Order: sequence, then structure tokens, then C-alpha cells
Amino acid sequence: MDKPYIAEERFAIEGRMHPFRKLQGGGQRFSAATLGDSLFQWLSTIVAFGVIGLLALITVILFLAAQESIRTFGLGFLTGNVWNPVPPLVFGSLPFVYGTIVTSGLALLFGVPISLGIAIFLSELSPSWLRIPLTYIVELLAAVPSVVYGLWGIFVLGPVMRVSVEPVIQDIFGFLPIFQGNVIGTDKFTAGVILAIMIIPTISAVSREALLAVPDNQREAALSLGATRWETTRVAVLRYSRAGIFGAIILGLGRAVGETMAVTMTIGNRNAISLSLFDQGQTIASWIANNFLNATDPLELSALIELGLVLMLMSLVINVFARLMVYRVLRRGEGAA
Amino acid sequence: MKFRFDRETRRQWKDVVMNVAALLCVAIALIPLGSILLEASLRGVQSLSPNFFTLTNANGGIGNAIQGTLILIALTALIALPVGILTGIYLAEYGKNRFGAGVRFFVEVMTQIPSIVVGIFAFSLILELGAVGIVSPRLVFSTTTGVIALSTIMIPFVARTSEEALRLVPVSTRESALALGIPRYRAILRVVLPSASSAVITGGLLGVARVGGETAPLLMTCLGSSFWFGGLDQPCESLPHTIYVFALGPDAALNQAAWGASLILILMMLGISITSRMIIRLRSVSR
Repeated sequence: MDKPYIAEERFAIEGRMHPFRKLQGGGQRFSAATLGDSLFQWLSTIVAFGVIGLLALITVILFLAAQESIRTFGLGFLTGNVWNPVPPLVFGSLPFVYGTIVTSGLALLFGVPISLGIAIFLSELSPSWLRIPLTYIVELLAAVPSVVYGLWGIFVLGPVMRVSVEPVIQDIFGFLPIFQGNVIGTDKFTAGVILAIMIIPTISAVSREALLAVPDNQREAALSLGATRWETTRVAVLRYSRAGIFGAIILGLGRAVGETMAVTMTIGNRNAISLSLFDQGQTIASWIANNFLNATDPLELSALIELGLVLMLMSLVINVFARLMVYRVLRRGEGAA
Repeated sequence: MKFRFDRETRRQWKDVVMNVAALLCVAIALIPLGSILLEASLRGVQSLSPNFFTLTNANGGIGNAIQGTLILIALTALIALPVGILTGIYLAEYGKNRFGAGVRFFVEVMTQIPSIVVGIFAFSLILELGAVGIVSPRLVFSTTTGVIALSTIMIPFVARTSEEALRLVPVSTRESALALGIPRYRAILRVVLPSASSAVITGGLLGVARVGGETAPLLMTCLGSSFWFGGLDQPCESLPHTIYVFALGPDAALNQAAWGASLILILMMLGISITSRMIIRLRSVSR
């Protein structure tokens, strides 16, 4: 959707010179000013495309450095569940992919309802004097460094989980295989809770934007039919913006998948696939963080880099998908306004 | 008639319940934030002493960590701010076409690459360059590699924030500048950019706060070090890395120091974040 230019601006862009310049300078095309203009435009264009080149470079370099492992294991890397750094060298990533999926799933399970509640409160219900400070405070959750979340997870959340949360869950739902085993407090469940907290600012901020993009006549129409505040939100606002909210959730998923430090410090770090959420585990990111410096064999290093590549491709797919969803709804919001 | 009354009541109650639930969600989200800030203050304050700031991490202090973090942040900002802002200028001023939309899309995607992947990238980049003989392989674990990683994280971030900042400048400002007869690039640099300066600075500060707290990409680039900063080709310590090591450390005194270091890191990051809010507030009031 092109922004309409005024005639002068369009002329200035296309003719690379200002319309009045012709009158002043007798129409010299190559004055210092026009030279500066094109130089500056080229400079910024080159830099911008350089940034995209950086993205390509990241992919290429990771592929190059992971080549040895890709050639040796092929697709077996994704399905293998053994990581054996002494001969015979075998490296498989399944336990980490599994751990990543489980913890991110938990994060969404806990994080999404809370984030949506926050977004609804901030865009639909909050008195206006409270709106800005609250938005800011929720954003502060994103400003806390990941390693501090990890520290808090070890010394504050972990003990709380071990003493008061997980035993209670086990008492009630202990018959389910996902809640069995010893309760330690550093496990997939705790990591999932930490991730949930960390993705709340992302999901709530983006879905708030999606809700704000809903034109007011939607709300007015529902209210004028006698709907209550909540009915208006549900029927006129949430339904209208569901694509954007979905995109926000996927963006949150992208953040959860790539999060490293907080998970590494709370998940317990055990390389195994187990059903129980109270068992220790590993995610792709935590395994890399724990083992990157200990890799002795070049093949293991290459396998760890391939893990990074897998992580990057996962997050690229997730994010491209999410962006496309968010773009669609925000553009529609703009068009309707 | 009675039935309708019941349904009305139920609707009203449902409305109240859902509103309260939304408010509760906000409250729940504030619990971890409050807890983190509280614990970091209470436990962190106990480890603060003059020695804490002057000793290296080998002796339980964070002096070299603060030094390393400041150096890393400064060098990263030196690279990422000009590149990011120029990209932002392209996106906001010249990128109103299909290419611009593509660049914008990929820049947004880049902001979401997991930071540990960026660390692996910087590591592999130097490794590959070292294998060809362009740089010394010793450079793999160095401040330089760390700065490469952090810049890669910060550039797309600054590009996005400065683009948004420049877009807030009304078209009429550009028109007035062009109407004076000055060339377009000077209109951008002398009129548009200064009008957006507070928002651009804010974006830059938030970017600094973001990379300042990064740990994962430093694990395989800067490593850590028990010494004071020794040069761009040497490993260097950073505050987040110190917290990580202290937190996993075997004895309670080290864990205590981890809280102290966290308090300092949080204060630095929140300080930056709040300063940037202030800048916005002051600017908007003075207008």
C-alpha cells in the first residue's frame, strides 16, 4: 500500500532533485546537492541491504560450519536420541527437540490466557489513567535479563515449585503419567513456567496492538445492541482480531523456543526423553549452552552448530508465519480506520 | 418473564467475572516482576560493599565484569547505532516500495533470531575465517567476537525502532524542509532526524539495554575471564556471565554475590529503560 506523495516529493524522489532547483540553478543535474542526494540514498540502501545480507551470511556460515555433521548423520540427526561424544561418535537431537517442544508448549499453556487477559484489560477495560503505567510495567518484564530470570528460577521459583506447587499437583493429578516421579523443582515444568512469564510481555503487547486496531464502530455496534462489556469484547473485538492474536501467540512461541539462559538454569539438564513434566530435561538451546565449550571432537562441535541451525530454522519458520498473520490483521485495521 | 430476568442477571454476572479475570491476569503478571525486584534488592543489597565493585570475579567481586560489560556495550553501540539508524532511514524514507517492504520484513525476522544462534554464528564466522587464514584462529574467543555477536542482535533492533521513530515525523515537516529548497538528504539529516531524535535515542537505549543483558551469545564468544580487560583479542568478563557462573557456583557466598550482581545489572537496565521513558516524556511535554 503506497503512501500518496505530494507532487513535489514524488518529483524529488524520482528526479532526484528538487522542483525549485531548476529555477534556481538553471537545471544543472549534477550539482553538489543532487550528488549528495544520490550518494546518501545509495549509502542507506547499501547498508539496509547489507543487514539483509547479514541474515543470509548467518545462514550460510551455520551451514558451512555444520557441514561435517550434516554429511555424517543426514536426517538421522533429527531422529537419533543418542549423544555420544566418545567413539563411536553418534549425535542425535531428538531429546532436545522434544524438550523444546514440551517446555514451549507449557509456556503457551500458561502464558497465553494471562497475556490475553492483560491485553483485553489494557485495551478494553482499563481506566485511561492506569493504561500507560500498566503497559509500561508489563513491558518491564521484558527488560529483566534472561540470566536474572534463571537466578530467580533457581533460588525462588524452584523451591516454591518443589515445596508447594508440584506436590499439590501430584496429590490431585498424580495418576496421570505426566505428573509422576520425584519432585525436585528443577524440571521441565518449572522451565515452562519461567518461559510463560518471559513470553507474557511479547504476547500481550502484540495482541494489545491487534485489539487496538479494531475500529471503534465494531464496539459501538455491539454496545448499541445491548451487549455487555465482555460480550462486546468477545463478539466484536476478539473475533475481529483473532488473526492478530494468533500471530502474537506464535511470536511468543518463537521467543520461548529460542530462550536459553533461564531454561538452562532451571530445567535440570538431563539428556533423556521422559513423559513426566517433573523429570529433568534439555532443550536445544540449553544443550548448546551446556556443551558448546566442552566439545572435544570437531564432529561434536559441528553437530552442536547443526543444533543451532535447527533452532534457527525453527524460529525462522515460526516467525515468518507469525509476521504474515500480524501484518494481515494490522493492515486490515489500518484500512478500516 | 422470570426466565428473561435470570438470563439478564447471568449476563451481568458473566460480565463482572470476566472483567475481574482480566484484572487478575494483570495482577498475576506483576507477581514475578515484583518478586524478582524484591529478591534482587533484599538479597543483593547484602553483598554490596566497596570491595564488591573493585575486586575481580576470581575474588568474588564484579569489578572486571562491570568493566567488560561497559566496554562490550560501548563497542557494540559504536557499530550498531550508525548501521541501524541508516537502515532505519532507508526503511522510513526510501523504502516505500517493494524492496523496502522485503527489507523491513527480514529485519523484523532478524530481531527474533535466538540470541544463542547469533553467538554460534559469530563463533563460526571467526572459525571459518580463521580456517581460510584471514584472521587468527585465536580470535574465536575474544571481545571482538562478542562485539560481532552483540552487534548482530542490536542492528535489526535499532533499525526497527529508528524506522518507527522517523515515521512519526509528520509529512508536512518534510514538505516544509523541501520547500526551502534544500536537498532531500539534508532535509533528512538536518530536519527529519532531529525531529525524531528523542524516539531514535530511546530506541538506541533500549537496544543497549537488550544486548547488555545478553548472556547466551557471550558463552561461546567472549567466554569469561578472571582478569581485568586485556585487549580486543582476549576473552572478557561480563556482568550477565558473572551472574551465571556465580549462580551455579558451589557455595552460598557466591550465590549471594550473584544476587548482588543481578541487582547492579537490573539497576543498569531499568535505569536505561526509565531514562528513555523520561526522554520521551520530557520531549512530549516541551512540545
